[in-house]
Amino acid sequence: MHNLILRVVSKVLIPLIILFGLYVQFHGEFGPGGGFQAGVIFSAAIILYALVFGLEPAEKIIPKSILHLLASFGLVLYAGVGFVTIMLGGNYLEYGLLGSDQVSGQLIGILLIELGVGITVASVMLIFFFSFAGRGRP
Amino acid sequence: MIDILINVTLLAFLATTAVAMARMTNLFAIIMLFGIFSLLSAGLFVVMDAADVAFTEAAVGAGISTVLMLATLALTKDHQEKRPLGHRPWLPLGVVTITGAALVYGTMDISSFGDPLAPPQTHVAPYYIEQSMADTGVPNMVTAVLASYRGFDTLGEVAVVFTAGVAVLILLGGRRKKQRLEIEEGGNRDA
Repeated sequence: MHNLILRVVSKVLIPLIILFGLYVQFHGEFGPGGGFQAGVIFSAAIILYALVFGLEPAEKIIPKSILHLLASFGLVLYAGVGFVTIMLGGNYLEYGLLGSDQVSGQLIGILLIELGVGITVASVMLIFFFSFAGRGRP
Repeated sequence: MIDILINVTLLAFLATTAVAMARMTNLFAIIMLFGIFSLLSAGLFVVMDAADVAFTEAAVGAGISTVLMLATLALTKDHQEKRPLGHRPWLPLGVVTITGAALVYGTMDISSFGDPLAPPQTHVAPYYIEQSMADTGVPNMVTAVLASYRGFDTLGEVAVVFTAGVAVLILLGGRRKKQRLEIEEGGNRDA
């Protein structure tokens, strides 16, 4: 594995991919995209790293135990927003109660659940990749 | 006019890729063609103004699933064996042709693309178009529908993704068979 060009190009590309993933995540209300797409783009950056630099270094960046935690955390965050709105006296996932008025509450709620979607999707995609690619190890 | 030209070109490429995939036996090349197929579909979605769907198709179809299939290929052979057909292909061909003809017949009743008077467009869509900005303050209507109006559905989708991750972990995440056998042998010796 001495592909100099691949290594240099991917080192330049990976930060940009992660930045773009964050942009898609937090700009999903205004442009195309959202949590799902952002999660996939984010995991693509890590997968590119693993393809070029090897599986072990990539697993060092995000250890499996943290991935398992994050995958559940995203779903819990999403479902938790629903329970918070119930505790505030509304219906499940009634975001309007999270802010001072309907629109600001909606923005907070959508931001939080999109974050939950992004975290779960990114970590599940990485779990897929590490599980599949990890089988080939001697 | 230019739309039709792009559509026809993309569809022609799609059909060519599909035929090439069906005829090839080199699995590595087929996986690469799968990626190209997804990228072409993403292009088609962009032409249809479905940027969000195109995004997903390009990232998941052309990106992640190609890598996953390559990872699977690394565990198996990269060549499909050509075996002589054990049966006559006429019956399957007939079934496929009749089903395809029925589907084409079915599309005749589907309203034309982008028809504002089509039933799906006159049900709840006008409400979303008129009210989503006032209700949610989110300019991207797709996000407003996915995250707010259809929040329950999206929660279910995330649960599906999570469940898929758990399933993969159960099936593939554990120790490899050889190691487990050694451990079991060790356990038996202890017992």
